[in-house]
Amino acid sequence: MLSSIVRRLLQTIGVVLVMSALVFAALYLIGDPVSMLASPEATEAERELIRQSLGLDLPLWHQYLIFLNKAFVHLDFGNSFLTGEPAMRLIFERMPATLELATAAMLLAVLIGVPLGIYAGLKPENFGARSVMTGSVLGFSLPNFWVGLMLIMVFAVFLHWLPAGGRGPVEAFGPIQLSVFSWEGWRSLMLPVATIATAKCALIIRVARAATRECLPLDYIKFARARGLSETRVLGVHLLKNILIPIVTIAGLEYGQVFAFAVVTETVFSWPGIGKLLIDSIITLDRPVVVAYLMLTVVFLSLLNLLVDIIYTILDPRVQSKAGA
Amino acid sequence: MCPLVSFGTFRQGPLLQTRAPSSSSPCLLDVQGLRTWFHTRAGVVKAVDGVCLQLKQGEILGLVGESGCGKTITGFSLMNLVDKPGRIRAERLFFDGRDLQALSAKEYRALRGNEMAMIFQDPMMTLNPTLRVDTQMIETVQAHESVSRRAARARSIDMLVKVGIPAPEERMCVYPHHLSGGMRQRIAIAIALLNSPKLIIADEPTTALDVTIQGQILYEVQKLCREMGTALIWITHDLAIVSGLADRLAVMYAGRIVETAPTADIIRGARHAYTHGLMASIPTFDTRGKNLFQIPGSTPSPLNMPEGCPFRTRCYRATPQCVHEPVFEETAPAHGVSCWHPGIAA
Amino acid sequence: MDIALESPAVRAKRESMLRVFAEQFLSSKLAVLGLILLVLFLCLAILAPWIAPQNPFDIGTLKIMDSKLPPGSASSSGAMTHWLGTDGQARDVFSAILYGLRISLVVGLVSVSLAFAIGATVGLVSAYFGGRTDALLMRIVDIQLSFPAILVALVLLAVLGKGVDKVIYALVAVQWAYFARAARGAAIVERNKEYVQAARCMSLSWQRILWRHLFPNCIPPLMVIATIDLAHAIALEATLSFLGVGVPVTEPSLGMLISNGFEFMMSGAYWIAFFPGIALALVVVAINLVGDHLRDIFNPRNEI
Repeated sequence: MLSSIVRRLLQTIGVVLVMSALVFAALYLIGDPVSMLASPEATEAERELIRQSLGLDLPLWHQYLIFLNKAFVHLDFGNSFLTGEPAMRLIFERMPATLELATAAMLLAVLIGVPLGIYAGLKPENFGARSVMTGSVLGFSLPNFWVGLMLIMVFAVFLHWLPAGGRGPVEAFGPIQLSVFSWEGWRSLMLPVATIATAKCALIIRVARAATRECLPLDYIKFARARGLSETRVLGVHLLKNILIPIVTIAGLEYGQVFAFAVVTETVFSWPGIGKLLIDSIITLDRPVVVAYLMLTVVFLSLLNLLVDIIYTILDPRVQSKAGA
Repeated sequence: MCPLVSFGTFRQGPLLQTRAPSSSSPCLLDVQGLRTWFHTRAGVVKAVDGVCLQLKQGEILGLVGESGCGKTITGFSLMNLVDKPGRIRAERLFFDGRDLQALSAKEYRALRGNEMAMIFQDPMMTLNPTLRVDTQMIETVQAHESVSRRAARARSIDMLVKVGIPAPEERMCVYPHHLSGGMRQRIAIAIALLNSPKLIIADEPTTALDVTIQGQILYEVQKLCREMGTALIWITHDLAIVSGLADRLAVMYAGRIVETAPTADIIRGARHAYTHGLMASIPTFDTRGKNLFQIPGSTPSPLNMPEGCPFRTRCYRATPQCVHEPVFEETAPAHGVSCWHPGIAA
Repeated sequence: MDIALESPAVRAKRESMLRVFAEQFLSSKLAVLGLILLVLFLCLAILAPWIAPQNPFDIGTLKIMDSKLPPGSASSSGAMTHWLGTDGQARDVFSAILYGLRISLVVGLVSVSLAFAIGATVGLVSAYFGGRTDALLMRIVDIQLSFPAILVALVLLAVLGKGVDKVIYALVAVQWAYFARAARGAAIVERNKEYVQAARCMSLSWQRILWRHLFPNCIPPLMVIATIDLAHAIALEATLSFLGVGVPVTEPSLGMLISNGFEFMMSGAYWIAFFPGIALALVVVAINLVGDHLRDIFNPRNEI
């Protein structure tokens, strides 16, 4: 198993390098890198300084190596045009907010989606099951921001039950700040989490249902019943362990998508995460932040894929022996 | 020469005395008129259409028939494991003096795996691939008796030794896919025997295994059943295998039992035309060099059974009377046939 | 030599297959409802200039007094009733929705068609030539697919700037990979069949084999993907416009209308964002209902 992990790690590093080359190409080859990385108000003298510091007279591969060095060894992506702070530091400051959102949403989606999906798979002709499936079509077809808007309209504007935006009060949890420790924090979390969870829950319902439909007629389920095991045990242990494999895989991959798609939700709810930071940076042409965000996302997604692969190997004993052999 | 011996000589392993228990012992299983029909959109599939079985304590019955004749569904019907849209009905369905049709789902579940156990055909798919062997064995014990995990584990290890698995403590801690087909089937047998059931229904348990393993498993199952006094229904399409194992045979065709008798009686003098055909199809030393016999025609579709006797379209004895459903009669003691023209082969 | 002669038996088979398909499609009431809605919206969009009571982009016809009127109120001149109200710049919401629908649908249809063309070609070529070409192309597709669509679109738009055509390019860049993978999958199955081997032996040009033989087999899965992708494209374009990086203000799509109305929601003028939102939701759900049922018809096993 170790060899397969090492192999995947190398593949991941390869992908990250390729992406960094693409970003480098976009920055340094297309358009004038100086105007990309210098503030729009810089004077000619300042631009000249920047040009020199960027080493634009050096051969391309040398520039690329400098870029890589700065990016990965020093985590230096330049300073934000807006605030002057180092871009990477800005991102790390805002990341916990997005992580909070993404984790809560995924957890909710799995906790609701798996039981509903199993129910829909057990009795597919049932009216309840069919409503669940139709609901799931609605869930993943409705645009994310529309769901958010509707939720704000109903719960914030008309009912005044929940706040329409912003993050609740934060407390330190080790090195990061989280807002999950107070009721106020939860109140602010609820609507954005519900928005994201709707689409993901719909997806998980469909995956769970498909996996259930596939596993139920198999011999080992019948054998479990033939041994007189309670239905709870048959479904809750025998079935669940087998359907968890595709569900965890998909949930893991979707976590990465949620992380990226948080852009939309954070805009709708004015949630101070890295998604909102990205949009603001794009609109204000704060390019160092955009570059930093891109590289971070690339690394994060690649590592996530790797993690999902490892978890898959742990969950499915059949894959383990194939990998270890 | 006794035909029983000739069948024995080309099977692997020594042949145990097939000593049927005395006929005065009470009936363990009494099935009359079992019908399992599937109400599908395409029509009613009469998978089992009038099965009569009797089994005494400790008796071994071989249920023989070709693929698709409904023998597996018969086994599932006895265990109440038939999925929708199938429905089970019977005139009489008694097990150990209890009316199975009157049992609630919970009571039936208490019966399954406890007094009545089943072994499936494909050992690859019978055990859950994501759970360890010991988990699956221990939960079977704990589902029916409140014993400690350790006691359940000890019982499982004992049973594994009985079925002939070496180093059982190690074997238990692995996942099923680490084991060979023969091992897995032995474990399935061990699981079936864990709670000392009165009846085991074995649905073609050796079909998916190598021929060499087949013989071993056959021998072990027979030995264990005799030792523990467990009745056994061995479902198979291979008449030759089961004739060395079973006390009685029941031949099934198109969802019905067409003939049932002690094994020796069937081999010496079968009375139904289908049984004749089955026996004649088996290659023996006498048929060397000659064309193998084939029953003409093919099995009717369960959606479209011929009226009356289902075998009449292929039977060399068919007459216009056969359009009426034949009655299952005892032509000799313990020898029942469902035919208007029973008799020894021509 | 042309292998395209169709015997009466083949033609009859094709017609009965169409009938079977029509029957299967009509069996789902939801899908039929979706199709009706879709056709309705298409008609509305095409006929917009004639149906809309007002051209919302002709500034001359707007009167500031009429801004933020609730639904059902009459305009100040009494000439028409604003059934869905007016927005902050006195534009009739109903008319704005009709025009916005046009932009949304056009962007969606054009981008899907282009992505279909590019993706199908790449997929077919990859399947036909196999080997290194296949491995390389599919690697690119996989990498593209592992990145969230929204990010790719955002970055591209950040580089390309604003405009309807830029949005279309970004959407195409996001979507082509789905088509490529599906086309390759279907084509590989077909490529290994004997008649394709025979065609290769007869040294027919690869273009002919590709388009005449491999492509027709890919059409069912590609149609399913095209339908579902249309919904995604429209939703994605709406999202991008909502975020402010999509279509320009001069050609607002439904997403842009919602974005404009967002700020008014808190102050109670909910209709400015609500009705375009409902229109968008209906369009997307209708397309998804149709696409979902198509997927059930063509791959009954693949239920996700």
